[in-house]
Amino acid sequence: MIEMKDVFKKYPNGVMAVNGINVKIDQGEFVYVVGPSGAGKSTFIKMMYREEKPTKGSIIINGIDLAKLKEKKVPLLRRNIGVVFQDFKLLPRLTVYENVAFALEVIEENPKNIKKRVMDVLDLVRLKHKARHLPDELSGGEQQRVSIARSIVNSPGALIADEPTGNLDPETSWEIMNIFEEINFRGTTIVMATHNREIVNTIKKRVIAIESGKIARDEVKGEYGYEA
Amino acid sequence: MKLNTLRRHLRESTKNLGRNGWMTFASVSAVTVTLLLVGVFLVIMMNLNSMATSLEKDVRISVHTELTSTKEQQEALKAEIVKIPEVATVTFSSKDQELEKMIDSFGEDGKVFALYEQSNPLHDVFIVETKKPQEIMAVADKVEKMEYVYSVNYGKGKVEKIFSTVGVSRNVGIGLIIGLLFTAMFLISNTIKITIFARRREIEIMKLVGATNWFIRWPFFLEGLFLGVLGSLIPIGIILGFYNYLYDMIQPQLNGTFLELLPFNPFAFQVTALLLLIGAFIGVWGSLMSVRKFLKV
Repeated sequence: MIEMKDVFKKYPNGVMAVNGINVKIDQGEFVYVVGPSGAGKSTFIKMMYREEKPTKGSIIINGIDLAKLKEKKVPLLRRNIGVVFQDFKLLPRLTVYENVAFALEVIEENPKNIKKRVMDVLDLVRLKHKARHLPDELSGGEQQRVSIARSIVNSPGALIADEPTGNLDPETSWEIMNIFEEINFRGTTIVMATHNREIVNTIKKRVIAIESGKIARDEVKGEYGYEA
Repeated sequence: MKLNTLRRHLRESTKNLGRNGWMTFASVSAVTVTLLLVGVFLVIMMNLNSMATSLEKDVRISVHTELTSTKEQQEALKAEIVKIPEVATVTFSSKDQELEKMIDSFGEDGKVFALYEQSNPLHDVFIVETKKPQEIMAVADKVEKMEYVYSVNYGKGKVEKIFSTVGVSRNVGIGLIIGLLFTAMFLISNTIKITIFARRREIEIMKLVGATNWFIRWPFFLEGLFLGVLGSLIPIGIILGFYNYLYDMIQPQLNGTFLELLPFNPFAFQVTALLLLIGAFIGVWGSLMSVRKFLKV
């Protein structure tokens, strides 16, 4: 589903963030991306949803090469990829329900389907009862669940998460992981960049370690492998 | 675009106009002032232009031949004038015809000149029309130097003055208007920039979940359009109201001269339609300029 071939990324300021990466992630896989800060994890993640373009090489998602993708087609790519961030990125003036529905409205989904789809995903992240609340009235873990709901409401093939538990306490982090596992169980590919050693070592999945822009390790049911 | 989407864009854009009330007011006033000046200028300019054109049509050269010249010599002169490339027509008018015209043009009083029918002091005349009115000076100069020409008459001085006045005021006006249009565009684009700035998080999320660029652009596009159109309303009202009044006041005084104001209908409506278009254009242009930068996520 996601394949990178000889990918290089050099930023305009001269920093070589990704230095020749080859990787293949199949549909339905659950992958942790680990590594020290500044090793190129974020760039690796950002290239998957075309926030950054590779300087060289190709990134193929569902048969489409992102390096050659026309600017006009980027929105269509993003409709098939959900993204979750450390800082949630919710709209503070909209309720939980509206925040999730927003993702469907802006891609001009038929209003008849919106309500059912939103309630379904809110049920999945167990926040149906808080649909009318504003983000400020929720805990951090709940806010992150809203943002996960928003990222999957559109049934994307892959969910990309950049340190989704970075701002959360350990207990809430486990809740989030449960939800990710459930989403993964339903067939969605999950790529998750993380610094959370305990999670990686407990819920064993494929681990890709990135160091100085290169893949240092790629193990099935791997370990976090760095000192916390 | 789906009807629902359009409704959403309309709601978003009007909400933003309200939310940034003062900026909205500032840019609408800028458009209003600009278009008012543009409108007044257009009214004056287009009237001057039409007067100048009707004047231009009236401009022709009267070539008075020498009293002693013979028919053959006049024929030769005519042939020579026709050869000048800028000349459109050459018409002969004998001194008797000239006298008749003169008598006619003075109406009742003209009968005094009837005495001259016995011994006509006037010259035979060639009336020369040029292809372009601006060429009249050059042609007149050439003809003046020809043989058998007694004098050349085309309202020297007067014609040049009209042409240069119209030309200068046209250029000054156009320069002024371009400056004003840019000011208004700049203000609109700034207003929109502020509303975009307030919504950049929303735009970021829209981009992440796969909204198309045009979906994001539409509300701002509409916002700019509204600013421009709202700004054109007052100038349109003023011009429609005042031109009618002005026309009724001035036109009667111009009667009898060859000068004439352009009639209220359709002229005033053409001007106001143009103002509406200009307003809409600077609004849309201003908004699209400021959105462009923010869409590069």
